[in-house]
Amino acid sequence: MFEGVPIHWFLVLATTMFFIGIYGFLVRKNLITMLMSIELILNSVCINFVAFNKILFPEHLEGMFFTLFIIAVAAAEASVAIAIIINIYRRIVNIDVEKMNEMKY
Amino acid sequence: MIDFSYTIWILLIPLLVFVVTGLTGNRFKPIVTGIVGTTGLGVVFLLSVFTAYKYFFVIDKVDGAFQRLLAFNYNWLNLTDKLHINIGILLDPISVMMLIVISTVSFMVHIYSLGYMKGEKGFARFFSILSLFSFSMLGLVIATNIFQMYIFWELVGVSSFLLIGFYYERDSAVAASKKAFIVTRFADLGFLIGILLLSYLTGTFDFITLTGPNSPAFTSGQGIMFLGMSTMTWSMLLIFMGGAGKSAMFPLHIWLPDAMEGPTPVSALIHAATMVVAGVYLVARMFPIFHHQESALDIVAWVGGFTSLFAAVIACTQYDIKRVLAYSTMSQIGMMMLALGVSGYGGEEGLGYMASMFHLFTHAFFKALLFLGAGAIIHAVHSNYMNEMGGLRKYLPITHATFLIACLAIAGIPPFAGFFSKDEILVATFHHNKILFAMAYLVAGMTAFYMFRLYFNVFWGKDQHYHHTPHEAPATMTIPLIILAIGSTFAGFIPFTKLVTSDSLPFETHTEWGIAIPAVFIALVGIGIATMLYMKQSENSKKISLALGGFYTAAFNKFYIDQVYLFITKKILFNYVSRPVAWFDRHIVDGTMNQFAYVTNVVSDRIKGFQSGQLQQYALVFVSGVIGLALLFTYLWTN
Repeated sequence: MFEGVPIHWFLVLATTMFFIGIYGFLVRKNLITMLMSIELILNSVCINFVAFNKILFPEHLEGMFFTLFIIAVAAAEASVAIAIIINIYRRIVNIDVEKMNEMKY
Repeated sequence: MIDFSYTIWILLIPLLVFVVTGLTGNRFKPIVTGIVGTTGLGVVFLLSVFTAYKYFFVIDKVDGAFQRLLAFNYNWLNLTDKLHINIGILLDPISVMMLIVISTVSFMVHIYSLGYMKGEKGFARFFSILSLFSFSMLGLVIATNIFQMYIFWELVGVSSFLLIGFYYERDSAVAASKKAFIVTRFADLGFLIGILLLSYLTGTFDFITLTGPNSPAFTSGQGIMFLGMSTMTWSMLLIFMGGAGKSAMFPLHIWLPDAMEGPTPVSALIHAATMVVAGVYLVARMFPIFHHQESALDIVAWVGGFTSLFAAVIACTQYDIKRVLAYSTMSQIGMMMLALGVSGYGGEEGLGYMASMFHLFTHAFFKALLFLGAGAIIHAVHSNYMNEMGGLRKYLPITHATFLIACLAIAGIPPFAGFFSKDEILVATFHHNKILFAMAYLVAGMTAFYMFRLYFNVFWGKDQHYHHTPHEAPATMTIPLIILAIGSTFAGFIPFTKLVTSDSLPFETHTEWGIAIPAVFIALVGIGIATMLYMKQSENSKKISLALGGFYTAAFNKFYIDQVYLFITKKILFNYVSRPVAWFDRHIVDGTMNQFAYVTNVVSDRIKGFQSGQLQQYALVFVSGVIGLALLFTYLWTN
């Protein structure tokens, strides 16, 4: 399926996604967008896993399984995060991350 | 073998009453608490009498001696294989005798208080603490080991403190209760060190082992000397210090006169009949060891003799009737200590021991009676001062009759109880030391004098202008007076030589008329002088006090002992010890800690901005850190 695609393409893609995620996480103020950024970071890691698995150990499937785990855990994490965000919204009618500083100092 | 395990109820009933009435006191009418407490003590009284009957007359003796029975013994704390602290009940002649004394007087005082304390604020509290006191005092006398005794010793101290400060809205009562507590606590410090020293030397706390014929206390601790006395002697002296504090021996006596701030029934129970004789009981309990330490026993005798004379002199000058009785108590307890101090061990040698216990027993009756009588007088006149009284015999016939019996008993006029016990003390002292005998003889005369000075001032002489006509106390108060008067009259006929002796073996004594007759003679002289001076209002007594000049003033001011203490504590201790220590504490110890706190505070104030609560700021720092580290490692690995 990916025959002939060199490894560094995957790596460039993954790194790009990763830093887009980091950038989004650091810059966007909306909690939902930040959650999406985290998903991007996770997915970039998944791509790395799959690519290295395919190229270095074609006979084994551990990288694939890891990816599946990450997807499952990410789904769970997303649901929990969204539940938290909804609760926060109910309390303060806002999901701006900078407003969430009640526990500072 | 008869089972004595039911004696545990003698302890448990007052404790239960205390807990129940203490917790529920405000829910019921006060009188309910009073009746519950009195009933509880009534049961304890019956149990004690029953125990005494069985102990002295029913169970078999071993080789003619009364056995020491462990009615109950529970291993409470195991410290090492050998050293353990038990809680138990030890029955031997003196503890059974004390059970009788305490339960009788306590029961009488309970009944009396039903009348005396009627309508007082804190009636329920009073009865509840009275039960606590009864529990602690009973626990003290039946202790199987010195540590258990120490625990109950402190408990009686606490109940005494609470009861002296019963009228806690009055400043003088608060001061008196603090004084009593601090002075006795100070003495108890010595007691505790003594206990630790003794148990270190002997490896046991147990009374049966300690005072048995093969006691480790007789052999150990003799070699090491400190200031000319062996460590064993020192431990005995320290233990005696505890006893001297509780028993108000000179120079730790200053708390007892002030303790009269408490309600009068409390003075009768705690500060006349039971708690203050705990010191005498302690010495009697450890007597075989004291007997082995001659110098310690000599100190007991001299302290006792001196206190007895000293207090008698002060008692002759005081006007507050409760204070006269307080000094008289000190004087009589001094006599008991003196008797112990001059006693030998075993058979007729142990006459002093027997006399001391005998006097303790009879004294409990007539001194409780005197205090309760004083309570009835105060109740009628609303004053403590005898110069505001006079001619009361017409108004208070029952109080008058019982008070007269008590005065005759304490003065040592036959056939009243005091005669027999005081006579034995004088005989024992005479055979030991003539100077001490002279002191005791003088005290006997002065006792008669100051008691009848009190008696005539209160009941004879001219009527004073009373606010309202004094009236006789209610039956709840007069019945205990009558019962105690019967006790004071007949207690002297109890054959103590058959029952309570130093080695539990009965022996025979004969009244030594050579001492008994002069003793009665000097008592009569004392009464005679008091009659001449005080029966009719006259100026003679004032003339005599003026003639005595400085001595009278000094005695009237209690020989300035309180002032000496105040000088030592306030001027010397406060200025030269406490203040420097306080300065060190405030500036060095606290200062160091304050500096730590200050530095922490400043630093944290500076850096608290980091904790901004901005998630993205944290993440940025984190990511920058990771990138920084990644660059660093890349640089390091590639070179």
